[in-house]
Amino acid sequence: MSALTLYDKVWQQHVVRQEDDGTALLYIDRHLVHEVTSPQAFEGLQINHRPLWRKESIVAVPDHNVPTTDRDQGISDPVARLQVDTLDQNCDSFGLTEFKMNDRRQGIVHVIGPEQGATLPGMTVVCGDSHTSTHGAFAALAFGIGTSEVEHVMATQCLIQKKSKNMRITIEGPVGPGVTAKDIVLAIIGEIGTAGGTGYAIEFAGEAIRNLSMEGRMTVCNMTIEGGARAGLIACDQTTIDYVKGRPFAPAEEYWDQAVAYWNTLHSDAGAVFDREVVIQGDSIQPQVTWGTSPEMVIPVNARVPDPAQEADQVKSDGMQKALDYMGLKAGTPLNEVFIDKVFIGSCTNSRIEDLRAAAQIAKGRRVADNVKQALVVPGSGLVKQKAEQEGLDKIFVEAGFEWRDPGCSMCLAMNADRLEPGERCASTSNRNFEGRQGQGGRTHLVSPAMAAAAAVFGYFTDVREVELLN
Amino acid sequence: MQKFEKFSGIVAPMDRANVDTDAIIPKQYLKSIKRSGFGPNLFDDWRYLDPGAPDIDNKTRRENPDFVLNDARYRKAQILLARENFGCGSSREHAVWALEDFGFKVVIAPSFADIFYNNSFKSGLLPIVLSHDQVDQLFTELFDQENYQLTVDLQNQLVSNATGSQMSFDIDEFRKYCLLNGLDDIGLTLQHAEQIKSFEQQYYQQSPWLK
Repeated sequence: MSALTLYDKVWQQHVVRQEDDGTALLYIDRHLVHEVTSPQAFEGLQINHRPLWRKESIVAVPDHNVPTTDRDQGISDPVARLQVDTLDQNCDSFGLTEFKMNDRRQGIVHVIGPEQGATLPGMTVVCGDSHTSTHGAFAALAFGIGTSEVEHVMATQCLIQKKSKNMRITIEGPVGPGVTAKDIVLAIIGEIGTAGGTGYAIEFAGEAIRNLSMEGRMTVCNMTIEGGARAGLIACDQTTIDYVKGRPFAPAEEYWDQAVAYWNTLHSDAGAVFDREVVIQGDSIQPQVTWGTSPEMVIPVNARVPDPAQEADQVKSDGMQKALDYMGLKAGTPLNEVFIDKVFIGSCTNSRIEDLRAAAQIAKGRRVADNVKQALVVPGSGLVKQKAEQEGLDKIFVEAGFEWRDPGCSMCLAMNADRLEPGERCASTSNRNFEGRQGQGGRTHLVSPAMAAAAAVFGYFTDVREVELLN
Repeated sequence: MQKFEKFSGIVAPMDRANVDTDAIIPKQYLKSIKRSGFGPNLFDDWRYLDPGAPDIDNKTRRENPDFVLNDARYRKAQILLARENFGCGSSREHAVWALEDFGFKVVIAPSFADIFYNNSFKSGLLPIVLSHDQVDQLFTELFDQENYQLTVDLQNQLVSNATGSQMSFDIDEFRKYCLLNGLDDIGLTLQHAEQIKSFEQQYYQQSPWLK
């Protein structure tokens, strides 16, 4: 048999049938569900009197709409409340596993899936959310789907899919100190562009990727979609297996060895052919900051805001100028002269324990700068929050003037009350700097958790490698 | 789903690359539990000068006179002519529903984001990929001519202008078949229910930890 890529292997394992034109029926192991993209799917099943094919495959959680303060008072926005209530009712009436808003296990769907062991190596994982690519960190084939496909998976346990092309992005050698998973993935998007991965499944490889913890790998795979690819994958290794062991949904003891034996095959074979290969030197990656309204508009922290006049392509140049106008920035400005109004540390990209530790390390012994009106820390799940509190991270944040909140998507997309006002500038650990994403007229700069914490305490973008750690 | 039939329609220009689904339908409207009613808030942040929310009547908001869909010429447009990477970002199918609810049946662009492209077919919106040069040519014709219309013929995979000049486009056979016949994917897949069951039997025998 010829050498296969990791993506080829997981794909092949799940093909139920395939048409002559390559259209396949792909079997889905895990279906994660949240309140925003599911109500119309549940309604479709009910209208057509279709049962769920395999309800054990579903894990549901409300995350997009939930408030991050005063949970015991419920949700005050009636439209948001109806959507969360609708999820609760649907899960109750179909008999599904759901972590409701006040359950300690509640959190962002892409944080709780792995945390519960509901995401396992070799699985196909889908969710009505584009950041489902996160779960590819476990050598799983994981991708976002629309609501019609959510209904399709509920009714048939399958999706109609065509195989993507294979791309491998290798980060050679280690990255320097202060350079995190977020910087790696932002640098990748800067290199390939926001549509660079369209039509591909991307495997991330190389020393810098292997050196990452599972949290870091999830950050990298999470933003695969920002580079245009629906799925990103990382080979299974001991780091993966150690993370999974002992989690509530992990394989039972009697099957553990058999599962691990299979998981150890989940890597690309030597000699596997990729349709596209990209190689980036780890030591060339600096801490990154986005300056525009697309994640590809990204520069190293010590660079200056680029000039649209230098761009030859007219559509691109116009896009850059529009972005600068929206962001209220001038070409040539150094980032340490860009002052910020708000800070958001959270989201499915960067709200795990390691992210909070990195931010707390910078915040420790300092105060949020006077020009920063609000600095939010929103843990990814109730269990992350609990762990952080055991480590005393909450105290560090609160003493520094940050707000310590309850878990949810929060200001990443501002569906709840956490948002930017028009013109406000935010250092954010989230994944999208689109116009209006964090609130109408809001200006988002994507950074790592440590960079966000540094921006909070200095009031402007600061190279985290030059920040002294205080005790 | 309605059958997709040959039609001629007004073309509206969306002359910017990387139009994301947050721009197509902003987050505050995703709180709806319905599939319909998103049209009045399509491109909401660009379309209105005043901020919007589900509980605000759009009639009380000032329109942005500079936004293309507020131009009298394009208010009844059925074809959107767009640039690279249209529909990037969030997987929200609400973006497709909003375009359709406004009256669009077709989006033409040099490239689409994968999830948006896939979602479009599920509700009968046809995304057509043409080359950069062809899209440039259509933009030029559109900006030069009054009442610019195109005819879309899915059966023959052709886009043609009033002078009869034609451009052909590629489309997956299965998707074409479903659109032309207005077929529901779920019904089609359930025709293979027995095959899915026998797959499962073997699959869970091989991977018992997943059962």
